[in-house]
Amino acid sequence: MFSAMLSKKLLFCVFFGLALAVSSGDADATTLDQVKQRGYLICGSNPGLPGFGLPDDNGNWTGFDVDFCRAVAATIFDDPSKVKFLPLTAKDRFTALQSGEVDVLAHNTTWTLSREAGQGLLFTGVNFYDGQGFMVRGKLNISSALELSGASICVQQGTTSELNIADFFHSHQMPYEPVAFATSDEAVKAYENGRCDAFATDSSALYVERAKLADPDAHVILPEIISKEPFSPAVRQGDDQWFNLVKWVNFVMLDAEEADISSANVDDKMKSEDPEARRILGVEGNFGEGLGLSKDWAYRIIKHVGNYAEVFERNLGEGSPLRIKRGLNALWTHGGIQYAPPIR
Amino acid sequence: MLALSSLRRDAVLRGVAIQVLFLGVLALLVYEAVATGLANMRAHHIPVDFSFWREPAGFDIDQHLIPYSPASTYGRAFLVGLLNTLLVAAIGIVPASLLGFALGAARLSRNFLVARLAAIYVEATRNVPLLLQLLFWYNAVLEALPSPQRSLALPGHVYLNDRGLFLPAPVFAPAAVWVLVAFGFGLFGGLACWFWAKRMDSWRSLAVLPVIAFPLATYFAIGQPLGFDVPVLKGFNFSGGAKLLPEFIALLFSLVLYTAAFIAEIVRAGIEGVPKGQGEAASALGLREAEARKYVIIPQAMRLIVPPLTSQYLNLFKNSSLAVFIGYPDLIQVFAGTVLNQTGAAVPVMATTMAVYLSVSLLTSLLMNLYNRRIAKVQH
Repeated sequence: MFSAMLSKKLLFCVFFGLALAVSSGDADATTLDQVKQRGYLICGSNPGLPGFGLPDDNGNWTGFDVDFCRAVAATIFDDPSKVKFLPLTAKDRFTALQSGEVDVLAHNTTWTLSREAGQGLLFTGVNFYDGQGFMVRGKLNISSALELSGASICVQQGTTSELNIADFFHSHQMPYEPVAFATSDEAVKAYENGRCDAFATDSSALYVERAKLADPDAHVILPEIISKEPFSPAVRQGDDQWFNLVKWVNFVMLDAEEADISSANVDDKMKSEDPEARRILGVEGNFGEGLGLSKDWAYRIIKHVGNYAEVFERNLGEGSPLRIKRGLNALWTHGGIQYAPPIR
Repeated sequence: MLALSSLRRDAVLRGVAIQVLFLGVLALLVYEAVATGLANMRAHHIPVDFSFWREPAGFDIDQHLIPYSPASTYGRAFLVGLLNTLLVAAIGIVPASLLGFALGAARLSRNFLVARLAAIYVEATRNVPLLLQLLFWYNAVLEALPSPQRSLALPGHVYLNDRGLFLPAPVFAPAAVWVLVAFGFGLFGGLACWFWAKRMDSWRSLAVLPVIAFPLATYFAIGQPLGFDVPVLKGFNFSGGAKLLPEFIALLFSLVLYTAAFIAEIVRAGIEGVPKGQGEAASALGLREAEARKYVIIPQAMRLIVPPLTSQYLNLFKNSSLAVFIGYPDLIQVFAGTVLNQTGAAVPVMATTMAVYLSVSLLTSLLMNLYNRRIAKVQH
């Protein structure tokens, strides 16, 4: 009786220990292997920012960041739909990435030093250059952010915006009242209810949020841009292969635009004599293998999702209700600062 | 071999041995799990220590009871959040108790209307999720309030608008310290009066006289050293005076109204839990109804009320963490929110937050248990 009981307990302990050993062994598998084994990519997305990441009534996600994740899925699986989007608030997004809940974070996230040096993240490359601004009611008759002394500012928690307004108001020695909310929706709602005089966030999101208000024309966006906000996808530290892969998905979409390869002409370009196009599309050389992918890794992205210009115009630019100009986000050859290393 | 055979024979020894073994294995497993977790986090460069504590926070917090600026440390931000949590909980407990006791008594009232209204209030409030009530008070009520330019002006330079409640703040001249000294003397005098009156068995209420008269006389004698900083509309908003955030008011309101409904039920149950014979015996002894309530029913009811009342106080304290949904800068919003996000130190931050809630709850329980022991002793 006694020995039976003991052996049962021992058995339990052995199994528990085994489970522990197995679970710690699993952590060594690379992210790419895990994604392939799982059969789909998990992408941390903004819960609802039109133009960047937003599910429609049928649960189909669209947006600039969403398309980036689709590009990663397309290059791995040759199928841009093999991605599951996990909506994350600004506050929770880094913890979700750290803990392995998502494989990649594409969440209009600003690349900063502390997020890389202190939080175990790696940003893979700027895919959108933005800056922070303010929106106020038109009837206040304000034309500059410097007139906001004493104002209440609604802002989303866990964002660089929260830090930028502290810098801005203190450096100009203006008193103000910050009111920080966990989600952007709550912050905008409080602004709309009159809790705040101004709403502060990245200027691209300001235009988006203004369009969602009941009477967009009653609100103006002040001209000052008070910060640098380079948005970049992010991955966990410690997996160089995955970091490389995600980084080059961004680069190849820029390089494709520069080489004038789009989803419309990509099949023709496969037959082209242009050496650059041949390298990008994998007709010459085998760069995909070095990334842990197939030879046609870039072809898959461009065919299914498109080059950078297509993704930008579809979600943010002329093809979208937002009509954001390329501005800084134009290629370096067109007066912007988007510049990707060459594929060779 | 000898030890083994005695293990087989001695049931007590065997039991102890198995438990020690089990505990040892459990401790080992926990240690292994923690060590593996820490090693994995270190390998991924996720902060696992408190080195962020002394670094500058860089963000602002609107309501701070202690001096705070973006140049302050994360540790300071933690204190600010903690004090804001304690503030809303400590202030909330008093009106919640008063309202709860009043409602509990009202439900037992013989007046049909009073009893019905109290019952309706209790059922309606108790059965709607607190978060909904909080959002109602914050969004619905805030939307109805006017802008600072059209504030509701209440008597005594008090203004209400969608930025909060603005009150005149007392400003003490240095001489005001004498008023405080006089108050101390008054208290002393009052206490002396009270004991004297107790011996005489009359005029006990006269004892409050010195407590009020001493400081009041001093206040006028040294030329009214107390001024008021009155809030004035300046630009976007009122400046000067004291300000209660709308987030604070909404959170306080919803916590008080919600908890009071539960306290009312506890009070009703406590009073009804006192055997009917006690009341009848009291009236048989010639006690009037009010006296019977005061000397017989309530002391016995309190014994039944205090333990569940403690859990309501704890609930109020813990529920205050819903502040995060309306942007009130409490411990969760500031520390487990912005600080966690900026430092990435999820494990230290969450562990600290849980430890704070646990220790404050245990402390509250301890105090309430001490109080309970005291009133329980009165019975014998």
